Amino acid sequence: MRNFLRSYPSEAKLLVVLLILCTLLAFLTPDFLTLVNLTSLLNNNSVNVIWAVGLLVVLIAGGIDISFAVAASVVQYICVYVFAAIGGGNWAIGLIVAGGLGMSLGLINAFLIHQFRIISIVVTISTFNAFFGLLMFITSGRFLYNLPSWWSKAVYLWEKETPQGWADIRLPVAVMAVCMVATWFLIRHTTTGRQLYAFGDNPEGARRAGISIGLMQAIAFGWCGMMAGIAGLMQANITKEVVPMALIGRELDVLAAVVLGGARLGGGRGSILGCFLGVALVAVTQNGLNLLGVSPYAFKMVVGAIILLAISTSNLDLARLVTPRRKGRE
Amino acid sequence: MTSAPAIHLRHISKVFGGVKALQDVDFDVGMGEVHCLAGENGCGKSTLIKIITGVYQPEPGAEIEIFGQRYAQITPTVARKAGIAVIWQDLALFAEMTVAENIAFEAVLGNRPRRVRHAEMRRDATAALDRLGVHLDLDARLGTLPIAERQMVAIARALVGEARLIFMDEPTASLTQTETDALLSVVRTLSAQGVTVVFVSHRLAEVLEIANRVTVLRDGRLVGVYLAEGMTQTRLTELMTGKTFDQHVAAQDTAASEPVLEVQGLTRKGEFRDISFALRRGEVLGLTGLIGAGRTELAHVLFGMTRPDAGTVTLDGRPVRFRSNRDAVAAGIAYVSEDRLALGLIQPQSISDNAVLAVLKKITGGAGLLSDDRQEGLVAHWVRELGVKIGKPGDAMNTLSGGNQQKLVLAKWLATQPKVLILDCPTVGVDVGARAGIFRIVRDLAAQGLGILLISDEVTEVHFNADRILHMAGGRIVGEYDPRQTRVEELEAAVYA
Repeated sequence: MRNFLRSYPSEAKLLVVLLILCTLLAFLTPDFLTLVNLTSLLNNNSVNVIWAVGLLVVLIAGGIDISFAVAASVVQYICVYVFAAIGGGNWAIGLIVAGGLGMSLGLINAFLIHQFRIISIVVTISTFNAFFGLLMFITSGRFLYNLPSWWSKAVYLWEKETPQGWADIRLPVAVMAVCMVATWFLIRHTTTGRQLYAFGDNPEGARRAGISIGLMQAIAFGWCGMMAGIAGLMQANITKEVVPMALIGRELDVLAAVVLGGARLGGGRGSILGCFLGVALVAVTQNGLNLLGVSPYAFKMVVGAIILLAISTSNLDLARLVTPRRKGRE
Repeated sequence: MTSAPAIHLRHISKVFGGVKALQDVDFDVGMGEVHCLAGENGCGKSTLIKIITGVYQPEPGAEIEIFGQRYAQITPTVARKAGIAVIWQDLALFAEMTVAENIAFEAVLGNRPRRVRHAEMRRDATAALDRLGVHLDLDARLGTLPIAERQMVAIARALVGEARLIFMDEPTASLTQTETDALLSVVRTLSAQGVTVVFVSHRLAEVLEIANRVTVLRDGRLVGVYLAEGMTQTRLTELMTGKTFDQHVAAQDTAASEPVLEVQGLTRKGEFRDISFALRRGEVLGLTGLIGAGRTELAHVLFGMTRPDAGTVTLDGRPVRFRSNRDAVAAGIAYVSEDRLALGLIQPQSISDNAVLAVLKKITGGAGLLSDDRQEGLVAHWVRELGVKIGKPGDAMNTLSGGNQQKLVLAKWLATQPKVLILDCPTVGVDVGARAGIFRIVRDLAAQGLGILLISDEVTEVHFNADRILHMAGGRIVGEYDPRQTRVEELEAAVYA
């Protein structure tokens, strides 16, 4: 317990806040704590979590990515044409193509950042505009509905009838779980992952230790791009259509959730658990406001306030409340 | 020499944008030797280390031999594989990672991904710390450790890599005397085990105590290689600076002048308690003690950055109570902080902008806008007054040497026309030649009637430059000395005991 608090202070705090919020909502509205509501929350936010774990890797490595949501849109469009060209495809091919395309777009970011030594926020704002502009120009903003049936059909992994209706878990949740585990394994249990943390923490120290900077950028942005591509594939599965402006703007929601989850904008800190909790807190808040009948126009305001509150109390040290203070140290 | 040398370098030169950092330097270190690299700031010590460890490439014509093997080119990876480890002055550690991960960092290096062996890393970290005789919490985040413990982590990290040759760049700059002694004994142990250590330090006493031989560099050139035995601090200083210095006690009797700052029963819980003293006009009052004695914390209270729990501060006979350091500056107190790089100066900004930072109000012309003329005048005045060597006032701060940077910090605060000047370790990272210059300025300021509180953990520095010395330990003042009646050895024995 004490170790958890010390190693994951932001995550622990977030968990406490989330539990309090859930308890409150459970008392305030009968619809919140139902299987139907909770599973639909999970289904609808799986895409955000996939993006979040991708972005986390970039943040850990000390960078930032604004372009991933738009990149996901680009991947969706290319996917439609690729699948048409190869005569349909299936989920396995779909995941490989979407992941691969996303990774290529991420590698473009990494290349620009490393080759021209431009900071990542500038590069990804540029590619955000370039990707989106190109997409709108080529597609003229057209919606696509002619997705292959395997892609647009919901895949139910589990379902159950409850008094409130059918509760179910769909494919995006499973993909989310795999992405979370894969990213967790990468950052916690591979040498590459530890190098990413080190590089984000102290780039000069990492360079002196012989860590390849270019490789770090490529892995971080490549991974983020791959997750973005997979998230794009899942998003189209949920909405059953491909719309060029559907995802623009989502990058800031995801970024806020990841930072809420304890990732540091300066690099070197952040966890998968934090990502999940960060997305969950924003989602539960919106869901709660919705169930309570609050105007949707107030959602953004409340979410903004929560993020401000979380960031401004991030120096509050929970571990200190549990650990007796060591005395006489300097 | 009988065995092959650990390092054998010939004709090492390095040019940075036209500036010759190293010119045709030769450098030899024997196997298992403790070798010291000495020289003033900017003499090329760091550049030389960076060349040996592959961070920089030397100019063509260099010959590099490490443990008897010739290398055409050294990269950081090649250097590490050859058994070379460096403990950088800035430690190059990872603040967000745990102690164990920092120490056993080697285990996660390499471009091909592998599984991290957490248990193995912990075991290696424990073993390295045991060799140092240090106990640290392996799971603590490095950033939560005090600087002295981080240093231990950096040293332990070098030991994990099975280093045969360890460079230590100013390893003791931030250690207490006890920790320094512990470090020096570790260095001896390593040396006895056949590990070669190259030691870079400003503290000459330490250098002569630990080293077998000393290589002296000056202005990027090799001055010579000398046996440590029989070398004196004075001689070494002369070799490093090319000038002669004689150190003598500068203390004067200031008992007759009236007090400017009086402190009575000052206490801040957990930091210091019951501190009482008077600082007289024109006096240099030394305040010494080990790191952690509460010196800096006391300075922070006097400068209004933190508030005392009990006690009074009287300035010019009037009791004062500062709500912030702005109040303290307005009342006439100036504080030159210990951490010049982080707190005293804004490194990338220009020399001129740094110098006027604390007195922006004074250089505003009509309409409250900054006046370039007044700024120029003020900067020119202080640069002349303190003898700061600068290129142009518009140059970035980090183009200056440590000594000149410190003079500029002084200028910045003197421009506020203080009555009391608090100097917190003013010579950290400042080389011998520039130190003398800084203390000459301190003397002049005292002669002009300023009360100066000189805080330092270097007893010799306080002994030679203060009029009166207070010794602080465990948050209290435990002794007062007159440098004219106390020998430096007695004072050292009292403080470092």
